[in-house]
Amino acid sequence: MNRALRPLVATTAIFILAYMAAILQFPNMLSTRVIGNLLTDNAFLGIAAVGMTFVIISGGIDLSVGAVIGFTTVLNAILIMWVGLHPFAAFAISLIIAAAFGAVMGAAIHYLKVPAFIVTLAGMFLARGGASVLSPDSIGIKHDLYTSISKSYILLPGGGRLTIIAMIMLAVFAAGIILAHRTRFGSYVYALGGNETSAALMGVPVARTTILIYTLSSTLAGLAGIVFSLYTSAGYSLSALGVELDAIAAVVIGGTLLTGGYGFVAGTFIGVMLQGLVQTYIVFDGTLSSWWTKIVIGALLFMFILLQRLVFSASTPTRNVFWKT
Amino acid sequence: MNIIKKFALVAGMGALLSSAAYADGLQGKVIGFSQIGSESGWRAAETSVTKAEAAELGIDLKFADAQQKQENQIKAIRGFIAQGVDAILIAPVVATGWDEVLTEAKEANIPVVLLDRGVDAPEDLYLTSVASDQVKEGAVAGQWLISTVGDKPCKVVEIEGTVGSSPAINRKKGFDEAVAAVPTITIVRSQTGEFTRSKGKEVMEGFIKAENGGKDICAVYAHNDDMAVGAIQAIKDAGLKPGTDILVVSIDSVPDIFSAMVAGEANASVELTPNMAGPAFAALDAYLNNGTIPPKFIITESKLYTPADDPQGEYDRRKGLGY
Repeated sequence: MNRALRPLVATTAIFILAYMAAILQFPNMLSTRVIGNLLTDNAFLGIAAVGMTFVIISGGIDLSVGAVIGFTTVLNAILIMWVGLHPFAAFAISLIIAAAFGAVMGAAIHYLKVPAFIVTLAGMFLARGGASVLSPDSIGIKHDLYTSISKSYILLPGGGRLTIIAMIMLAVFAAGIILAHRTRFGSYVYALGGNETSAALMGVPVARTTILIYTLSSTLAGLAGIVFSLYTSAGYSLSALGVELDAIAAVVIGGTLLTGGYGFVAGTFIGVMLQGLVQTYIVFDGTLSSWWTKIVIGALLFMFILLQRLVFSASTPTRNVFWKT
Repeated sequence: MNIIKKFALVAGMGALLSSAAYADGLQGKVIGFSQIGSESGWRAAETSVTKAEAAELGIDLKFADAQQKQENQIKAIRGFIAQGVDAILIAPVVATGWDEVLTEAKEANIPVVLLDRGVDAPEDLYLTSVASDQVKEGAVAGQWLISTVGDKPCKVVEIEGTVGSSPAINRKKGFDEAVAAVPTITIVRSQTGEFTRSKGKEVMEGFIKAENGGKDICAVYAHNDDMAVGAIQAIKDAGLKPGTDILVVSIDSVPDIFSAMVAGEANASVELTPNMAGPAFAALDAYLNNGTIPPKFIITESKLYTPADDPQGEYDRRKGLGY
């Protein structure tokens, strides 16, 4: 087996084993309803995590994701409820603003040579603060389109629902997989994460690629915000707090190397589902503190970091000698 | 909290409060409870009281702490539906955004009861909601003062909660309207203590300085017990006796106010009961077993506690609840 695929196989195996263990304890967990819920409830996280996967593969980080989601929900609510725009017009404006926001961050990272951590931290404060200035209160969205979207779903056998927002997430993952593995932009992202200097020497357009990566991440965060506002039919400045960290966790659990240059978009999907599975298990159990979700995710993260170390130190033939003879 | 107005129209639910009427009706039922989090002592007490009530009734309670996030609450509710629970309790973190998930619960024929906060969703999406009436809490405190001072002239100082917050607005309204009926009782000063102990003390110190070293003040009304405890400290620091020289009345009934009553330093506290689940379980019992539709808004009792009500016993009963 290809050694590079090991983390992906490990994540998938853990997910299947965990799911089977959960089913043994609660047979109800094996229902299309639970699977539909996993997809719908984690749709916004999944969409944001696709963007995060590209950022991390390129060796960067984007801490502004959760705040951009929150900002987009508020902006959408205001444009639809106060300004009176049609939701599709509001979506377009939100996505354009989110994309521009990401492009500015990408440009700052590249041209000012500031670490992505700092630039996106500033972006996080700006977006979260901006959302609270727009409206500190939660704004309910009442529009026919919202009602019809939340009412339309494909009924799966067994009462499960494949909702529109779940389908949007699946489509984003499919597009992300193609973009990462089948396009020139995708190979530039991997090259940039491997080694920026050699990537530049090989002719990778570093400036354009960096800006595009952060534009992609912010646009997807904006899309996640739209999905979140469809999910709750409301805009709230404090929604999706800390989602960037859940997204990073999903990416790492999915087998992407935090130092960049290596990873899979498909793995991120399993990472998101694994987090959702832990939460669902805790709800089904009903006696465990919900903070166990964090503990399990923390343990998984730690395990994957160790696993990556093992896989990658095994693939590079370095000899560990304690003393020389 | 705009539904508070509607609460005023609903009669007391005394009959529902006694769960004895429905003996072991919820035995073995599975009920999901989506709690906001544990951001305050009262919230923690609500959680432990709910768990205790459920254990007493033999309910299999599935508890989910949402850590202040609506998305976690929606996930938990969806999880409950997938699990096929018999009923769901929700203490909603925000008012908006519940239509979809509540519709899903309704379609699955699972009754939903809202606890202590309302939602902006059509009323047919939930069975009932259980909450306190904050205006009434203030009114009960005002009535106590009227009955205590009688027709003697009385200058009252008021320590308000956080400006603009609904408990501060409603508790002020209830109290001010009650004492306005008696011309001898006048509210001479009113200022915010932001619901905190330290700010309550600071505000009371200011009042004492302004009112002739506190000699002109007959009573202090604080919007919560924490500020009252701060005020008691300020009164003591000024060389006066709280509870005797200056009457102290407040709202919430947390353990600390009962220890102040034991020491004779506080005179009355109106309870904001953490037992929202008791009436909710009673309503669910009647609904699930007899098909009785409860009123849309169930108001909890705003019980008045004074030193005559065994404050030591009340303190002991509450201290383990997580306040």
